[in-house]
Amino acid sequence: MDGFEAYAALFQLLVVLLLLGLGFFVGRWHENRHYKAIHRREEEYLNVPALVTRTVPEDRPIAEAWLVSGTVVVSIDYFKRIAAAIRKLFGGEIRAYSSLLDRARREALLRMKDEGANAEAFHNVRIETSSISSGGRKTIGTVEVLAYATAVRYRK
Amino acid sequence: MILTNLESVPGRFITRHFGLVQGSTIRAKHVGRDIMASLKNIVGGELVGYTELLTEARREATERMLAQAEELGANAVINVRFSTSSVAQGAAELYVYGTAVQVEG
Repeated sequence: MDGFEAYAALFQLLVVLLLLGLGFFVGRWHENRHYKAIHRREEEYLNVPALVTRTVPEDRPIAEAWLVSGTVVVSIDYFKRIAAAIRKLFGGEIRAYSSLLDRARREALLRMKDEGANAEAFHNVRIETSSISSGGRKTIGTVEVLAYATAVRYRK
Repeated sequence: MILTNLESVPGRFITRHFGLVQGSTIRAKHVGRDIMASLKNIVGGELVGYTELLTEARREATERMLAQAEELGANAVINVRFSTSSVAQGAAELYVYGTAVQVEG
């Protein structure tokens, strides 16, 4: 191996390390910030029930009902992608992905609730997850979560 | 037009059923967004461009469904369901369907 090839190999290694570091630090920073925002916003909706039941209780007359939805597309960072690839060799739970999907679902739910900001309850909440394909190996790691429900307001 | 994903419109009576109405659209991403997305793939987090794209596409599909319902003379669509499927590399189909009905009260 001559000098040039050695430099090229070193350069490639540096790029990978840089991406790993970027993914680890920036990705973690993003995640912490996101979780903080999620907790704060979830508290605002604590007294607005979101139900998964398909039927609406008859005990309170309803004045208005409309469909609300929230969407988010999230992607995993480079560090977690590599960590997940290593985990795949041994099997078991891929915790890096669990937190991604957890964040995405909660964010989608919050956006749905934001859309129905003056609602008093959400009925028949449905959450749908789909993988957004960008072709090749990158397919894994980018997911779209859609949350939708019927927002209602009761008659006074 | 009232939209719900319940089996009825709460507080109102269904007087007529018109059957299934549907709307769909197939969207491809554009290159600029794809480049931004691959950059975002390094640090993770939300891909805002894609979120906007899919929200817009879903609205388009819903509008097509509503146009169908209107043509039938319905004033509500109940039991609305969304579904997403990737039909080709880099393209996704957003499909929405429901039951067109006439409600009173």
